Amino acid sequence: MANHESTYKPSSRFGHWMDERLPLVRMMHGQFVDFPTPRNLNYLWTFGAILMLCLGVQIITGVILAMHYVANDQMAFNSIEHIRRDVNYGWLIRNIHAVGASMFFIAVYIHIARGLYYGSYKGPREVLWILGVIIYLLMMATGFLGYTLPWGQMSFWGATVITNLFSALDSVIPGLGSKIVTWLLGDYAVSSSTLNRFFSLHYLLPFVIAGVVALHIWALHVVGQNNPTGIAVKSKSDSVPMAPFAIMKDLVAAFVFLMVFAWFVFYAPDYLGHADNYIEANPLATPPHIVPEWYYLPFYAILRAVPSKLGGVVLMFGSILILLFIPWLDLSRVRSARYRPIFKWFLVCFFLSVIALGYLGAKPPEGSYLVWSRIFTAYYFLFFIFIMPFVGLLETPSAMPRSITEAVLGKGAVAAPEKR
Amino acid sequence: MTKMLVMKAVAAATLGMLLAGPASAAGDGPQIERQKDWSFSGVRGKFDRAQLQRGFQVYQQVCAACHGLKRVNFRNLVEAGGPEFPEESVKGLAASWPNQIFDGPNDQGLIATSRGAIIKRPARLSDPILGPYDNEKAARAAQNGALPPDLSLITKARSVEYTGTLWAHPFRMLGDIANGYQEGGADYTYALLTGYPKDGEKPPATDKDGKPLKLADGMSYNKAFPGYQIAMLPPLAPGLVKYQDGSPATVEQYSKDVTAFLMWTGDPKLEERKSMGWKVMLYLLITTLLLYFAKKRLWSTIH
Repeated sequence: MANHESTYKPSSRFGHWMDERLPLVRMMHGQFVDFPTPRNLNYLWTFGAILMLCLGVQIITGVILAMHYVANDQMAFNSIEHIRRDVNYGWLIRNIHAVGASMFFIAVYIHIARGLYYGSYKGPREVLWILGVIIYLLMMATGFLGYTLPWGQMSFWGATVITNLFSALDSVIPGLGSKIVTWLLGDYAVSSSTLNRFFSLHYLLPFVIAGVVALHIWALHVVGQNNPTGIAVKSKSDSVPMAPFAIMKDLVAAFVFLMVFAWFVFYAPDYLGHADNYIEANPLATPPHIVPEWYYLPFYAILRAVPSKLGGVVLMFGSILILLFIPWLDLSRVRSARYRPIFKWFLVCFFLSVIALGYLGAKPPEGSYLVWSRIFTAYYFLFFIFIMPFVGLLETPSAMPRSITEAVLGKGAVAAPEKR
Repeated sequence: MTKMLVMKAVAAATLGMLLAGPASAAGDGPQIERQKDWSFSGVRGKFDRAQLQRGFQVYQQVCAACHGLKRVNFRNLVEAGGPEFPEESVKGLAASWPNQIFDGPNDQGLIATSRGAIIKRPARLSDPILGPYDNEKAARAAQNGALPPDLSLITKARSVEYTGTLWAHPFRMLGDIANGYQEGGADYTYALLTGYPKDGEKPPATDKDGKPLKLADGMSYNKAFPGYQIAMLPPLAPGLVKYQDGSPATVEQYSKDVTAFLMWTGDPKLEERKSMGWKVMLYLLITTLLLYFAKKRLWSTIH
């Protein structure tokens, strides 16, 4: 697909003039209009476009919120209430941004799960996949920084717990971890200077994400999209032009997604948050249960499943970093789990154990909760380190169609000529 | 072939184990009953104007003795979507509000009288509704060490923890999302206000988990409060507030009214939000359908 030529023909004199100097329109036309997309993509492939929408919504609402927000420990909470109560449509902008963070993560989890199921991480898409993992890490950092800003009880104590994770390094080199924590916080505890720098970084990172997204899309347009069969596009009848076909499908999915989004914004704006964040941060009162936002819960469960602090931190970061290596951990020559009768079920178990870890992350780490956290954490890592390579080597894939066209139209079918 | 069978068995066993899941999930907090008849719940929810006005009356005559409402300004009591009192009467209310405003040095540049009392001025429409205490220390000194929280966000800052079985939990979550359930804080507040022992009742000797319940000095039993003892004395009693509109003068009615009022103080844009919501949803629904049929038609040209 790299050598796919743009069929752009400038239709005006200005178009010609521009095309000879900066062929931006030619590039956009080639990448987003006549770019060939596999004809068998299902609706799970619309989440890339949905994620772009999410990023756009977060940046626009975020810029507006920043016009009214004050990053100061005495005023942050009040400024959010000012936005909710007195700024014109401030309640709406704030709800969209807060709910939008959750929607962004729902979409990215579906996007990642789709990649895992259909083997989108396998060659030649390794770099594409790694860029995706980097975007996900940046999203987690941005989400964490942003959750601190309202300066509620969960904001404050969440920031305290997460930044203190780095003090685990004290057990490696005495004093190193605490130094790092102080350096991160700009103080000896979470304070106004912490809040101020978190705000600065929270404003910066989305633009870094946008940059990596550009690379992600670039890489995607070099290797081309994977598809439910995992079979590469071979002939012209295997693909359709991105516009109008893929774009139309993306639009349908984006609007369905927006309906869910709007439902939360207007009818359940606080459902995905924590009531304690409507209490202003109080360094002297620790909430009975400190829980992060729902999208971090699986990793929080992994963190607390390990008896040693350092071990927990290592496993927690490891649980995400291991994703960087799966293009080489999966030894199967078949991409799509659709044709991998054994792996498919181990993968379903993996998805279930992530959901279970999410549930356990919201519970206190004691009794049977702790036992189950450990079991699911073990499975999380076993899946990547053990099941992925060995099942890939051992299982016999089921019969696959010879081409995408055959998968869509059945054996021996010839694609109807396109009516355009 | 046996290799495949073994692997299938391992996969099935793993799945079974995962599905068996954590065994116990019962919550350990107090049981809070959900109220079914909040006028502001659900998609078409709206505040009951008369109820908000009664609720403010309860706040003014009972709660305001200890609790402030600092995020609510007097002008908000006039605005659409709230109690909507007439502006003139709220002006009078603000001017006569006992907890006046400290506004910095007065015209003579003084902040305190010669006897050391801080100089304050009467509240105006643009001022917040303050409680009786100037600061946390003053409150704790007057309240036996306890701090009466500001009530502006109390219904937002409380929720009801799920205490049912693990298996019903996902369905409860989906149901709550589908119904737009956001009244956990209101349910809690109502349960707390009605959670004191009734006249002649004695607090139980043991708590829900069977541990002996010993009330500390100055504490009252409350079945909705975490830990079952609360520093707030039972604030409401039958006949305490005289309603003008003939609503029953019961603790339940007072609790309901003041909870509704506090729901409004925590979420003053609730009505605007819900009424804008269905228009947005309708627009999205129609557009989605149009896009879907357009997409179907488009793709039919290549299948």
